Amino acid sequence: MIEERRNPRLLLLGVGLAALVLSALPLPHVADLLRPDFLLLTVVWFALMMPRAGGLATAWAAGLALDAFRGVALGENALAFVVVAFIVHRFHLRMRMYPLRQQTLVVLLLLLAYQFLLFWIDGVTGHPVTAWVRWLPVVTGTLVWPLWTGLMGRLAIR
Amino acid sequence: MPALREPGARYAPPRVSTLGLRALVLIALSVGLMVADHRQQGLAAIRSGLSAAAWPLQMLVHSPVAAWDWLSATLRTRRELLTENDALKDAARETDLKLLRLEAIEQENQRLRSLLNAAPRDAERVQAAIVMRVDLDPLRHRVLIDRGSRDGVARAQPVIDAHGVFGQTINVGPFAAEVILLSDPTHAVPVQVERNGLRTIAVGSGDTGRLTLPYLPRNADVQADDLLVTSGLGGVFPAGLPVARISEVRRDPSQPLAVVSARPTAALDRDREVLLLWTTPRVALPAAEPPPPVAAAPREARAKPKPAPP
Repeated sequence: MIEERRNPRLLLLGVGLAALVLSALPLPHVADLLRPDFLLLTVVWFALMMPRAGGLATAWAAGLALDAFRGVALGENALAFVVVAFIVHRFHLRMRMYPLRQQTLVVLLLLLAYQFLLFWIDGVTGHPVTAWVRWLPVVTGTLVWPLWTGLMGRLAIR
Repeated sequence: MPALREPGARYAPPRVSTLGLRALVLIALSVGLMVADHRQQGLAAIRSGLSAAAWPLQMLVHSPVAAWDWLSATLRTRRELLTENDALKDAARETDLKLLRLEAIEQENQRLRSLLNAAPRDAERVQAAIVMRVDLDPLRHRVLIDRGSRDGVARAQPVIDAHGVFGQTINVGPFAAEVILLSDPTHAVPVQVERNGLRTIAVGSGDTGRLTLPYLPRNADVQADDLLVTSGLGGVFPAGLPVARISEVRRDPSQPLAVVSARPTAALDRDREVLLLWTTPRVALPAAEPPPPVAAAPREARAKPKPAPP
């Protein structure tokens, strides 16, 4: 299986920017609450499939970009992204072998961990948001993962 | 799904031995950033730089809406424009009339204050800004406006709309600034009941249509429909701007505090244009003109008046 592949770094940059734009696209309020964390899904995908292009530093930079974009405490998303990317890196060989359903389940746990970290940091920095709607992106992100990984696989192969 | 490899590279797993170390270093870096940012020290430059870097993308996100606005403005019919023009002319005439009286009153107020040796009211300057259609964190009440430090915007600057207080700036980049709305749960504004001057604090509730007033005793003199105006005590908002109207007062005999909520007068969730407010103290007005001797003599005989605070 010799296929031509895109330059992973260019792909990362392109998809990363697209995910950043998706994360800020104006949507009606309900849809805004349901919006999956596209940038995190991208980071997870790169840590899983192209671990050398999408390393921890990349995850950190992506998180920092999201912090700057959203105007939250600098380093909040960066920290959570690094933790998630670390877990994926650690187990990426195993995760690749999982059937899609099982992989999606792992992604659910990862998104849950990410949201919990944010929840915790928000509390520590004095902006607690205890509304249950904050956990909705975990569900939608999990539902989107099979589509996202399929799309990314297509994009990666020219 | 085929396993993907990177071009021209044999498969080599990342070295697990340094992975944990790298993660630790990056986590420590993030924590350091957060601590520094939370304490508001020295990170303003970094934040400003990052905000400038984010600006093109934010413009990109905003552009479809801006394009639609431009298109709908360009394609309006002449008849619509004429009707609107007439309505605006009527409104302007009415406002002019009110303004005439207001100017006279303001001058009178200025003169009376100088007679009392009180500090003159602050001068105000406003600039319009557009609320950009960029979704920030959905759990926080923040919006992005298209004016930044390049236009002289500073941190903690009041933002109002045509009906009342809108919020204040929190992060300022060169081209854009983030505004925290009145209704954000972490925002509070010192207010005063206009009817009787009762001072309290209005706190955001996380709902754009409601503020709460958690510090009013059960017997406080507030009623539904009372207007709340800024008291000027916080040092951010000048005194006298309308903030909210009391919507509900509940007095539970078993509780020491009343449960009071209010509806913001500004259209927090619908505004597309807001005004940035600059207030500069008018200094040296009473010192420049000495008070008339007739009025000043008896007062000086009694006691030296306190100098006006700077």
